[in-house]
Amino acid sequence: MHIVVAMRQLADLVEELEVNGDGTDIDRDFVKFVSNEWDEAALEEALTIKDESAASVTVVALDEPDVDQTLYAALAKGADRAVKLTGHDPSAWVRTRERAQRIASFLAHEEFDLVLTGVQAADDLDGQLAGILGSTLDIPHAAVVVGVELTGSSLRVAQELGGGLVGVSELELPAVLGVQAARQAPRYASITRIRQAMQTQKIEEQEVSLEVTTPQVTVRRLYPPEKQGGATMLTGSAKDVATEIVNILRSKGLV
Amino acid sequence: MAIAVLVVGERVAGESPDVTFELLGRGRELADALSGELAVVVVNDLDEGAQFGIADVLYVVDGMDSASYSAPQWEAAIGAVIQRVSPQVVLVSTGTVGIDLAGALATKFNAPLASYVIDVTAQGDKLVVTSQLYGGKLLSEGEIDAFPAFVSVLPGSLPVEKGRAQGSPRVEHIDAGDQLRLSKGRGTELREPDTSGVDITSAALLVSVGRGIGSKENLELVAELAEAMKAPLSASRPVIDQGWLPKPHQVGKSGKKVKPTVYLAFGISGAPEHLEGMRSAETIIACNTDPSAPIFEVAHYGTTLDLFDLVPELTDIVGG
Repeated sequence: MHIVVAMRQLADLVEELEVNGDGTDIDRDFVKFVSNEWDEAALEEALTIKDESAASVTVVALDEPDVDQTLYAALAKGADRAVKLTGHDPSAWVRTRERAQRIASFLAHEEFDLVLTGVQAADDLDGQLAGILGSTLDIPHAAVVVGVELTGSSLRVAQELGGGLVGVSELELPAVLGVQAARQAPRYASITRIRQAMQTQKIEEQEVSLEVTTPQVTVRRLYPPEKQGGATMLTGSAKDVATEIVNILRSKGLV
Repeated sequence: MAIAVLVVGERVAGESPDVTFELLGRGRELADALSGELAVVVVNDLDEGAQFGIADVLYVVDGMDSASYSAPQWEAAIGAVIQRVSPQVVLVSTGTVGIDLAGALATKFNAPLASYVIDVTAQGDKLVVTSQLYGGKLLSEGEIDAFPAFVSVLPGSLPVEKGRAQGSPRVEHIDAGDQLRLSKGRGTELREPDTSGVDITSAALLVSVGRGIGSKENLELVAELAEAMKAPLSASRPVIDQGWLPKPHQVGKSGKKVKPTVYLAFGISGAPEHLEGMRSAETIIACNTDPSAPIFEVAHYGTTLDLFDLVPELTDIVGG
């Protein structure tokens, strides 16, 4: 069983995001990039499957800012191999359709049984990776996955269908899954383990050349939403604000 | 008349979700602007076509197993309908079915797809789409000039009542038997929501916590406040995914929709998936150190105090 986990870097949403000069992308020079949190769930699910069976896990990501950190962390957590795809501008916005084609191009030369990736990324303007990748490779796919069961050559997945309803289905392998949540919270790799991985393991680089012709949305402008100014801001010390909040609750007979 | 707009009905079990009617309401406007018909496709057995009165045509895909859900089967069924009726615009939601299938279908038909859409209009021979990116921190205004075009709309973005109209659309049955037989997956069961334990949907006051809490250990602080307020503790997705609280506590698209009198949000940034579940609370009070957090857009009262300073004070006042 060979599992490929497609991971990616994404602007850290905790930070302030500025728009670039021509107004069609974030200002990537001033953004901190981190691993997409849903991809971390996908990696965790893959590593859990590896813990249970004899699966091998390959992590693949496009060259993007600080991606080495993500790939070494994946190796430190137990992935067997890490591949970085090059051949594009690593400092530009790689749209999801192109991303899928690049990963598909890598997978075309791989023997694999299962591809796991995060259910979504916050800049997925052109749709979410799992379905696009599945369709590009012409293999079955499922997204919003919250449960994966692999027994021999059969794959059973649980998908969240909204409002808590869960659909369970079987898919033929190979398949692509967009993972919403792993069975357990993503494991932690200590700095020491990551350093060790950096010293003892290598990230493999593969160049992908691609003629991209996918029709896509043309972004005219990217802008922060207008402040509705909805919230009345409560200011003062913690005690002052707490008193105000309790007064609101008391006025409604709640405490 | 040609089909201008095809809405994908996303009912898997029970009632059709609100978002299907949001799509129908906007779909009507788009179809009129594009001088074509509005159609809706349902891929499960359906005996209440009358609720889709706003549509001109209702396509029912026969032969689907209604007791389960399978991505490949749904993709085959909807793909068969798109193939047959060649709509200019396909409307889905960025809910499970849309996230599951829109990208795959757009790829199959080599068509553009706009996701996380909160507004879509026809302007001349183009579609103008506004999408919510980066967890709601930025909006993208874009245009699509190639058809068919797929538009995946975030649930809760468009008016729902507009799309609800009684009537009798023309019903056409589509046999996707060949495609379904070839599909590489099948549904096995539907599991109803876990209703054990806490019920966050009927409480008048909810104490809710998000990623800002930082760790499971810190959760104790907010749990004490909830206890002092005799209110259930609820949470946003990151807290549930980390395993810090069980699933029945989750508010949001993949959790529960809640409508308490007061919703207290601590360390919740307000991702679209969360807002969908709580924005209709009567009063929302949000505490988040990031003044630009989207939660403040829907909150009635807000504070940028650190929750670790504010929560103990609240517990003191209420508990003492």
